[in-house]
Amino acid sequence: MPAVQLNNIKKCYGALCVLDGINLSVEPRDVVAVIGQSGSGKSTMLRCINGLEQIQGGSIDIVGHRIEPGTHSLRSLRKEVGMVFQSYNLFPHLNVAENIMLAPRVVKNVPKQEAWETAQMVLKQVGLADKVGAYPDELSGGQQQRVAIARSLAMKPKVMLFDEVTSALDPQLTGEVLKTIAELAAAGMTMILVTHEMGFARQVANRTVFMYKGQIWEEGRSEDLFAAPKTPELRSFIAPNLK
Amino acid sequence: MIQSFGFSSLPILLHGALWTLILSASTFVAAGIFSLIFALLRVLGPRPVRLLIAGYIELVQATPLLILLFLAYYGLSFLGYYFPPLAAAVISLTLYATAFLADIWRGCIEAIPKQQWEAADALAMSTPQKLRYVILPQAFRISLGPTVGFLVQIVKNTSVTALISFVELTRAGQLLNNMTFQPFEVFLTVAAMYFIICYPLSYYSEYLQGGKRARSST
Repeated sequence: MPAVQLNNIKKCYGALCVLDGINLSVEPRDVVAVIGQSGSGKSTMLRCINGLEQIQGGSIDIVGHRIEPGTHSLRSLRKEVGMVFQSYNLFPHLNVAENIMLAPRVVKNVPKQEAWETAQMVLKQVGLADKVGAYPDELSGGQQQRVAIARSLAMKPKVMLFDEVTSALDPQLTGEVLKTIAELAAAGMTMILVTHEMGFARQVANRTVFMYKGQIWEEGRSEDLFAAPKTPELRSFIAPNLK
Repeated sequence: MIQSFGFSSLPILLHGALWTLILSASTFVAAGIFSLIFALLRVLGPRPVRLLIAGYIELVQATPLLILLFLAYYGLSFLGYYFPPLAAAVISLTLYATAFLADIWRGCIEAIPKQQWEAADALAMSTPQKLRYVILPQAFRISLGPTVGFLVQIVKNTSVTALISFVELTRAGQLLNNMTFQPFEVFLTVAAMYFIICYPLSYYSEYLQGGKRARSST
């Protein structure tokens, strides 16, 4: 059974449909990269998957939960689906440990000691065990983003969504965040990542989806898709990266 | 009875100043509770409630405090609800302060970036949890400076309650002046006492807004 299944979802603003009948199936342990121009609906699709955006048509099945137009009780779903944002969105008034422990403590009622141990474990996983007491504004962008990943991991999600998580970072910091994500992929996490990093999509994602004008224009195994794009739109989109 | 203004007059003024402080503190506590509720409802409530609160804020902000005071003291007693001056003073000052403080706090809540709500959403937090752990602590830090600054306004505005014969600092000064006929000495002393109460608040407010900057969102 797929971990995530999008069934003909639509997201429209009046007559303008930014998602126009999306079908996508993601198996457990799949790493799916979503590429495409700005405005093609990549981020919107990702945000629909954990209900940050409402859909107007179709349905989404995700680790045993179902989202339909008008679905409002999304908390049980969000306990199992992690999301990492482009702008990190750490809580600036809390230090790293507090950022990570907050949701497990208040949402899942995890005992303090256990939450603390989890926090140390996930921080080690992203290579920031020494930053446990730092505040977000004392960290670099790359470090903040890795803390955001750790914060998400601490909820022990079954699926992780990454929304252009390196777009705000310089190449070096991008590298450290991508390394963290690659390690997660290797550990078998099911992930959907919206990205502009073509090389990364090619290496780490086993499948790649190319979105164009609110639709999935082309999808397939990453190596096939990048090596032999079928549509002219994808060809022209990835052409600059192939040189 | 005519007496001259001197150290022996100070207890009257100090007693008045004490009531000014009591009135300010009661107003601040009552207005604080209402303002928090109003600010939250103004941001999160259903549309009719938001409009109702917005209407209240606009209406009261455009009404002189003295009119509210007269309405609470004379108006309500005319309708058969007699309130002693202290109660009428607290009621009208609370109505007045709430209209401003709720607006200030709404601004502070709205100043927290939408992404903070989304991050908390994505971590499966409920609305009360988002407010309690993510939004309000940050809004509180932003609000400290303007709130303490507004406290100065409350302290000074308590002086209008002299007009319903509530004996706070200003009314005490009036009474003392009637006894001494030394308006300059009396009212300069009264002014100095207001300054002693308000200046530390102003100073603290500036300090909160300028020096110790709240950790900003990234």
